[in-house]
Amino acid sequence: MGMFTLFDIAGSAMGAQSQRLNAIASNLANVDSSTSVDGKPYRARQVVFQVQPMTSAAPAQREAAVGVKVASVVESDAPQRKVYQPGHPLADASGMVSYSNVDPVEEMTNMIAASRAYQFNAEMMNTSRVLLQKTLEIGR
Amino acid sequence: MFLASQINQQIDHQGALLKLRAERQQLLASNIANADTPGYKARDFDFAAAVGAAASRRLALAATQTGHIGAAGAAGRVDVQYRIPSQDAIDGNTVEVDREISRFTENALSYQARAQFLNDSIRELRLAINGQG
Repeated sequence: MGMFTLFDIAGSAMGAQSQRLNAIASNLANVDSSTSVDGKPYRARQVVFQVQPMTSAAPAQREAAVGVKVASVVESDAPQRKVYQPGHPLADASGMVSYSNVDPVEEMTNMIAASRAYQFNAEMMNTSRVLLQKTLEIGR
Repeated sequence: MFLASQINQQIDHQGALLKLRAERQQLLASNIANADTPGYKARDFDFAAAVGAAASRRLALAATQTGHIGAAGAAGRVDVQYRIPSQDAIDGNTVEVDREISRFTENALSYQARAQFLNDSIRELRLAINGQG
């Protein structure tokens, strides 16, 4: 049913964008982490979006109605930030400690983009609600 | 009988237009949802052309026997096309969110207007049946 699929499309995008925001939050929280869960320095994470056909759409409209999903989470292979701290327990032979490769500026701009996209989709859901209401009122 | 079929036709046509608007709304929603998906190509269809196709379907030959063949375009599919972006993105995505949102809003308003017209047609019909408001 056309109008209901709009909710699924907007919902899938909101879910994907919030997952992106989660990744950004993890990155920013770990900007100064020198160890991750695997013992190695933390690497910045980024989500990869992919088109997701909506199964709730009518078969004839499957191609037209596509949402979005997070296909995978990739880790940045940018070089680690090295700081000279000879007294640090994690320092290597030359006294350097590896910190995360998170770039806070990049994360902040990414966060703005993600929150804008989230807002657009929330607004889209609102519009769909109004349209559905109008549709329900036909013939009253 | 003649009047009834005329009324039916008018309401049918309004319904077809509403359906087209809903379909376009879905396409535009997909574009906005995929504004950050690498390689996604924005899509839309020519609304005026789709309305023309819907109108010609209305005038299509009726297939009243098994041997009859429906007129061209009777399948009722709209011609979805890729949008040509004014600026290329490095990830191959061709969605321009600001434009998509303005189209989305415009289409939503048109949908509401169409629903209102349909409502008015039904109200007029009811008025004619009851002979009072």
